[in-house]
Amino acid sequence: MRNYLKYAVVLTLLAALLALGGISCSGSEEGATPTPAATEKPAYKVGALFSITGANSNLGLPEKETVDMMVEKINAAGGVNGHPLELIFYDTETDPAKCATLATRLIEQDNVLAIIGPTGSPESLAIIETVTTAKIPLISCAANIGIVTPVSERYWVFKTPQADKEVAAEILRYMQAKGITKVAIITDTNAFGAGGRTVLKRDAVNYGITIVDDQTFASEDTSMQSQLTHIKGTDAQAVICWSTDKPAAIVAQDMKTLQMTIPLFCSHGIANAAFITNAGAAANGVIFPAGKLLVVNEVPATDPQKDVLTQYKADYETKYAGKKASTFGGHAYDSLSMVVIALGKIQEGLTTAATRQAVRDQVEKIQNFVGISGVFTMSATDHLGMQPGSLALIKIVDGKWTWLQQ
Amino acid sequence: MSADQFLQYLVSGVTQGSIYGLIGLGFTIIYAVTKIINFAQGEFVMLGGLLSFTLAHSAGLPLAPALIVAVIIASLIGAFMYLLAIRTAKSASVVSLIIITIGAAIFIRGIAGELWGVDAVRPPYFSGSTSLSFLGAYIHPQALWIIGTTVVVTIILHLFLTYTMVGKALKACAINPVASSMVGVNPKIMALIAFVMAAAIGGIGGVVMAPFTLTAYNVGVMLGLKGFVAAAIGGFKSPLAAVFGGLLLGIVESLAVAANWGPFTSAYKDAIALIVLMLILLVRSGKLAEEERTG
Repeated sequence: MRNYLKYAVVLTLLAALLALGGISCSGSEEGATPTPAATEKPAYKVGALFSITGANSNLGLPEKETVDMMVEKINAAGGVNGHPLELIFYDTETDPAKCATLATRLIEQDNVLAIIGPTGSPESLAIIETVTTAKIPLISCAANIGIVTPVSERYWVFKTPQADKEVAAEILRYMQAKGITKVAIITDTNAFGAGGRTVLKRDAVNYGITIVDDQTFASEDTSMQSQLTHIKGTDAQAVICWSTDKPAAIVAQDMKTLQMTIPLFCSHGIANAAFITNAGAAANGVIFPAGKLLVVNEVPATDPQKDVLTQYKADYETKYAGKKASTFGGHAYDSLSMVVIALGKIQEGLTTAATRQAVRDQVEKIQNFVGISGVFTMSATDHLGMQPGSLALIKIVDGKWTWLQQ
Repeated sequence: MSADQFLQYLVSGVTQGSIYGLIGLGFTIIYAVTKIINFAQGEFVMLGGLLSFTLAHSAGLPLAPALIVAVIIASLIGAFMYLLAIRTAKSASVVSLIIITIGAAIFIRGIAGELWGVDAVRPPYFSGSTSLSFLGAYIHPQALWIIGTTVVVTIILHLFLTYTMVGKALKACAINPVASSMVGVNPKIMALIAFVMAAAIGGIGGVVMAPFTLTAYNVGVMLGLKGFVAAAIGGFKSPLAAVFGGLLLGIVESLAVAANWGPFTSAYKDAIALIVLMLILLVRSGKLAEEERTG
């Protein structure tokens, strides 16, 4: 009898051990642990690729700072459904080849569930193949529309910044309203500038506008006077410059040097305080479309984005004293927010591959997400999802951004 | 193309060419004395620009002392680079030393990125930004400073090499290091002087061009490349040849934009610079081989 009892006790213990083992294997702690689950749930790992060095570093740095700030805030508030958020960040050095290696490392070694970034279009385009093969969602922070089109080949890829198309349309519509019919374009030869050049050349005719001169420059060029001299020799009524802030500041300065009086329009690439500082007096009168963040004080209270914009600006400028919130940080805010929304809706206890699939599916279902760059409604046919009215046309007056009322 | 326009292209080309030539000068000096191609030359230009920004803008120094201090610091960094990176590898081949300069360039750039951050900055203009009219073409006052500085630096350098003892010793060392060391010229001291001079000229270039071209921690790469092309066109022979190489490059780049025909559009501006270099190297390669044979 005693032997039987012993036998039974051993069996029960074994069964209990097995049951416990089973629980920890399945990774599901729902109801199994009475203690607060927040610290015990496995972290949700998200990869981030930004250019904090190299040519795009002035865009990548605010992106990195923004996500650091957000992760801190999310984890302080208990994480996502009790899972802490773990951000694994690598610097792409603005190098597409390097970026592709880092993307593979995030996927294979770090086992992240989704990737946000990269900062620039060339790096983003360089890793589409990688993420598609690995079946992992990517939410890019870069401009080029080719990142999310054709959507049939971009099942795993989304992006948050306004596409070149919307930005170009905003400029061309304004020009049409002002009776401008002949323009000269001067664009960077990198992927960002080339994307803008293609869209401008394709869409200008829809607004009754002829491109009378088409000049380009390299991002590192130190003067654009020769190109502008060529433009000056045409009958262009305005110049559109498509580049980031440093070359655009040189274009503005050189136009002033050549005493060109026609207006200069720029892309959203100059939505950075550095442009105004570096172009100095030559910045005045420059018109460009950008997210509403730059003119947040002029955004009416009725605007759906008003609260989000005000909050983000206040948070960022409190945490990083002396720095100004930029729309680029806003792209990272939107990308990470979407991943967090998706993670908040997925089931517990899925395998890594199934979680990546679920996150992708949830991102595609995002409806009316109010972000920094705009209001987003994703769908199977639109992986940008930015709703009309997200852009503001901004004019630099006396060294300040002002909302240009049309 | 009207005459005004042509002149404008020339003015732009000469401005750019002066920048390239000034950087090319630094390459030539170090090459002549040590046979090293110093790929950190562009970094001294970057340092000059960023230091002058910090001293004049952030530290609030008056412009002239800020510029002088910036050049002095850049020169000291040139001296440190020679003493710490080049001299310590004394038995290394010239190719190894060239690779060391690439390493030094990456190191300096990395430190600068940490110190100054990543945004482009503009130090104050020397004499405003109201462009001047010149026979129908316009020129930025800062461009006049750039062209003037290149001319003055070239003349001073020429006089220094021709009429001073140290200059003659440098030249002697360049022509025949063994023979010159026999008559009491220390090639190590000469190499140090060459590095300091090259860094100083790079710093001067950076200081004078930064208000016009903007500057950031990473501008040294492209500027160094253009300066190298200028020096190569000049055959690494003499300061004057480097400056002419720079001017030729600047003018060809500018006129390529003017042509705006076939391959000669702004899109291929940089390619044209490299094509010019290749053509010149092709023509010269026979000559160089001959020099090599005859010693």
